[in-house]
Amino acid sequence: MASVAARELVDGEVVFVGIGLPNLACNLARATHAPRLVLVYESGAVGATPARLPVSIGDPALVTGSLMVCGMADVFQLILQNGRIAVGFLGGAQVDRYGNINTTVIGSYERPAVRLPGSGGAAEIAIHARRTLVVAKLSPRTFPAHVDFITSPGHGGGGASRRQLRMPGAGPVKVITDKAVLEVDEGTGELVLAALYPGVEASDVRGCVGWPLACRPRPGRVAPPDATELRLLRDVLDPERLYLKG
Amino acid sequence: MSDVSKVVSMRDAVARFVHDGDTVVIEGFTHLICFAAGHEIIRQGRRDLTLCRLTPDLIYDQMIAAGCARKLVFSWAGNPGVGSLHAFRRAVEGRGAPRLEIEEYSHFGMVARFAAGAARLPFWPLRNYMGTDLPRVNPRIRHVTCPYTGEALATVPALNPDVSIIHAQRADAQGNTQIWGLLGVQKEAAFASAHVIVVVEELVDEAVIRADPNRTVIPALIVDAVVVEPWGAHPSYAQGYYDRDNGFYVAWEARSRDRDALERYLDDFVRGVSDRAAYLEKQPDLAARLKAKERRCAGVNYGF
Repeated sequence: MASVAARELVDGEVVFVGIGLPNLACNLARATHAPRLVLVYESGAVGATPARLPVSIGDPALVTGSLMVCGMADVFQLILQNGRIAVGFLGGAQVDRYGNINTTVIGSYERPAVRLPGSGGAAEIAIHARRTLVVAKLSPRTFPAHVDFITSPGHGGGGASRRQLRMPGAGPVKVITDKAVLEVDEGTGELVLAALYPGVEASDVRGCVGWPLACRPRPGRVAPPDATELRLLRDVLDPERLYLKG
Repeated sequence: MSDVSKVVSMRDAVARFVHDGDTVVIEGFTHLICFAAGHEIIRQGRRDLTLCRLTPDLIYDQMIAAGCARKLVFSWAGNPGVGSLHAFRRAVEGRGAPRLEIEEYSHFGMVARFAAGAARLPFWPLRNYMGTDLPRVNPRIRHVTCPYTGEALATVPALNPDVSIIHAQRADAQGNTQIWGLLGVQKEAAFASAHVIVVVEELVDEAVIRADPNRTVIPALIVDAVVVEPWGAHPSYAQGYYDRDNGFYVAWEARSRDRDALERYLDDFVRGVSDRAAYLEKQPDLAARLKAKERRCAGVNYGF
């Protein structure tokens, strides 16, 4: 997943980085095809070059050697709301048919079965980043037809809902999972199957989502990580296996 | 401004400026979270507090478990990089713990609330929340029509705490406070508050502050008390002084999940010690594990 996500990033872009896999993907991209990627963290580090894999989004290694460190009011107003973020990375406990994301509650808000952490900066990243990439492992629990709570808006109920609500960013364009890559259909706003990992069939993916999943006419095959990507991920970026598992 | 020193003990600062029922902010985004103040509030048995923070973190999980909180105002309630805050979850999921009232925003919303409070405005406009369910569950997120463009903008109300407690690297005895590394929302929170307690790793001469005035984030004119408490942010961190104790954060997952283990922790390291010095004496290995490496900057010429 990390290498597939890394390949989505273009050299020179400004990326709003989340913790965990997105962080690994951004640093992999910086070490391979995108050395001039600008990493922005909601904690205030701009142009960070972390010398160790940050354990949290406020890790001190994000500060040391960074281009700028600003307060969080500046991050959200002067950088994100100002329209300077090209790519936002989001994850979630639930992702629905239209790419809406829930990180707030499973069950009802008033009497939750599971209380999740909430938005953090995700709601505003989903609204303002020029495009967002969603990263989540594929399972029926994670991909229901409707999320229990919309923390971070995708394409609402489909169609042109983002434009009607005057959201500045285009919203989720891709959902990168551990079995396949889903893309948003530009007309309907719905997630459709775009590419499969080696050894995975469309039926495997359909069994993991809660709606009748449409498929691109000729879904692609995702290339596995090459030797350089694997070496960087395992030996340099995450030698302690904080995020790489299995 | 009077020249009388504002330096007091943590015990006196909390006794004087934190009262039952107050709205209290201990800020710091991962960096500079003042656990020393939270622990003293627990020791003094404060009740019915409205606790506000972007990320409640372990410190508010401990204060919720200790029964200090009536309400939590927040935007991300997890254990950063690890998982859940289980005392918070028990209190919100209603699993045996007394129910905690919550008022929930996103980070941008909380930042904007502090910005409004700091500027003494009633609300702050932001282009946000369209398409989300947050305004549905938080009626304090509202909208205003821009008088110039007609655009509908989201609004959040000012947050003006009774007291903000800000941990920092250094201050002088008047409370001129310098912070470097991640700055979070400390400046806005301090200016929004009726009272400000600054807690520092080092007390320095006014001349040190005057030599580098651009690094001052909080000026003495809004500070009520200065507490000198080295390692007062542990297990959070202070850039240039000590690293985050990530092992403590990882261990909190199991410790906070088990109510008895959490109580034992509070008995041993919070209620069972008289002050921060006693807390540190119980953990003599901290400096060896966490002391920051040198990475100095050269400084600039302020001459004219």
